[in-house]
Amino acid sequence: MNPIYVGVDVGASRTKVAVLDLSKRLIGYSIKKSGTDFSKTAAECLKTSLEMAGCTEADMVGTVSTGYGRMNVLFARETKSEIGCHAKGSYLYFPMAITIIDIGGQDNKVIKLDENGRRTGFKMNRKCAAGTGAFLEEMAFRLDIPLDEMSVLASRSTNMVKLGSFCTVFSATEVLENIRNGKKVEDIVKGVFFSMIQRVLEMDSLTENVVMTGGVVENNPYMVSMAEELIGRKILVSEHPQLAGAIGAALYAMDLFPAPSREL
Amino acid sequence: MAAEEVVLRRLKTSKDIGKFMSDYYHELDAASKSGKQKIAWCTSVGPAEILRGMGFLIYFPETHSAMLGSTRMATELIPKANAIGYSPEICSYLTADIGAFLQGVTPLSKAFPGIESIPGCDVLVYNTNQCRDVQDWFAWYSRKFGVPSVGIETHRNVGTVTDTHVSSIVGQMESLVEPLEKIAGRRLDMDELKHAVALSRQCSDLWEEVLATAAAVPSPLTFFDGTTLMGPAVVGRGTQKAIDVYKLLLEELNERIAQGVGAIGEEKYRIYWDGMPVWGRLGPHSKLFAGLKANVIASTYCSSWIFSALDPEKPMESMARAYTELFIVRSDEYKENYIKGKLELFHCDGIIYHDAKTCPNNSNCRYGLPQRLQAQTNIPALMINGDLNDLRLLSDEQTKTNIEAFIEQLEESKA
Ligand code: SF4
Repeated sequence: MNPIYVGVDVGASRTKVAVLDLSKRLIGYSIKKSGTDFSKTAAECLKTSLEMAGCTEADMVGTVSTGYGRMNVLFARETKSEIGCHAKGSYLYFPMAITIIDIGGQDNKVIKLDENGRRTGFKMNRKCAAGTGAFLEEMAFRLDIPLDEMSVLASRSTNMVKLGSFCTVFSATEVLENIRNGKKVEDIVKGVFFSMIQRVLEMDSLTENVVMTGGVVENNPYMVSMAEELIGRKILVSEHPQLAGAIGAALYAMDLFPAPSREL
Repeated sequence: MAAEEVVLRRLKTSKDIGKFMSDYYHELDAASKSGKQKIAWCTSVGPAEILRGMGFLIYFPETHSAMLGSTRMATELIPKANAIGYSPEICSYLTADIGAFLQGVTPLSKAFPGIESIPGCDVLVYNTNQCRDVQDWFAWYSRKFGVPSVGIETHRNVGTVTDTHVSSIVGQMESLVEPLEKIAGRRLDMDELKHAVALSRQCSDLWEEVLATAAAVPSPLTFFDGTTLMGPAVVGRGTQKAIDVYKLLLEELNERIAQGVGAIGEEKYRIYWDGMPVWGRLGPHSKLFAGLKANVIASTYCSSWIFSALDPEKPMESMARAYTELFIVRSDEYKENYIKGKLELFHCDGIIYHDAKTCPNNSNCRYGLPQRLQAQTNIPALMINGDLNDLRLLSDEQTKTNIEAFIEQLEESKA
């Protein structure tokens, strides 16, 4: 047996699975659209990540699920909140007092940890798309640009167009108005990222060390550079920021379900 | 965190409280039908004792609105008021209540068989100590029914309550007497007024004792129980019946304390709730917390019906003081100290602020108070977004995630 721990993060937009070995190394993972059948997607992600890790289900010592669809993960033995999982998954790579900014598909979180990794507070955005991945998707759709090209486009901007509104619908109107007025698409896209960062930064104050996580961060590195410019310091980003929640869930599994002692 | 099996222990006295409320509404209904006794509509912290001193029966539209909320009728009715120009951003008690009137429905008819509609109205009496919305709310009915709306405009953001504050309110109260006497068709009887003030004070003292039982570990009471148990403190102020039912309640709570019986299965975390309840979610919220072994034991909201300044020897002056000493009228500095005191008194592990979209007056987390308080007390705080009545302003999933994560945070910090 090759003992492993599995974390499953079923977000409203994407499902992520992370497989950790006993030394907390990420040896397998998978990210898929959550779709409408959360259980099925989670099972598919598990299969892919186990293959990547070269393991089987028999090797799984413990599994914890988190995220919006956490209750639909039939093979998970325990659930934990996504706040707790993001905290744990971030502290693993940055073991110090940190403020975590997570930009997800449907919500944002700001989580503060002390130097021992204990949560001192957290905030989630209001029930509104402002600043979330959903906002970015809507804007990409309006501008008729593939989502994965937004980051590169924004980096070419020389004259950012600022969007004034909180609201996704109002912002979409502003975008259309700017197009009509002949503004360059890359300048508008930069404005879209700028507005997202603003929404997140107004949620809470930041401590010295800031970590960013989430799918939007993973897929849009330019956004991190912009955020760094805005706060005037380097932002910490792990190798797989989108997996922070899933990795955290796997770490919870490790705490909850001790590995069997090695057979002789 | 997986929710455990939920144990919520119902209080026997809640039946008596139910009976009290039923009798109260039936009495109003009978008076409304017979026309034998005048009915005043009054705000929840309005000058009820003066009205009792003139023989009015009193109807409180806010309690009716809370029922619209808890029966989840409100969300369908609010748009009716929105459509006639009352914004979805303003008090959803107001919009739900006016919406219900426009639609010709009331939760009273289902809850209390035999009652078909809300009672009639001879006069509306408000006190803006809680907010300005009540004045606009009553103004609508005043135009509708063609009856006067009179009231008291209280000072806001009060630090120390001074004699100047009090005397100006006394003046306003006194000037209400004559117009109200005309409607009542009789004089204000000073003895009746004093008697009402004395009864109000007793009711308030008992209610305070009831809430104080939650300081016991485990607490015999939850905030969610409190929101319905407080009915008599709101509508029965100045009556003997409210006192009688609270004596029973207190007895039962003290019995629970003596036997070490808590209101929920297991109480590992003790939470303070600031802000209004989400009326349409009382059940799910109480189960959610109990399932997480957390008891919401105390609140600013339920404590709002404690009027310790009432003194039958100085009826007008003490009413003016009591209704200005109210938490909701006070400065943030006062509020901060008040909540700090409650957190200590009830040994709370955490505090939750409900930011109710349509009631800024009861949402105390909009001017940095939670941050200041957490810095002073080190007691973790959580803010949740929602509303008292308008369920369109609520995300159940977000509330659940927030609360679960908060209790998880408390668990990890205790570990
Ligand atoms: S205090 Fe809030 S809930 Fe009460 S009447 Fe005023 S606005 Fe409405």
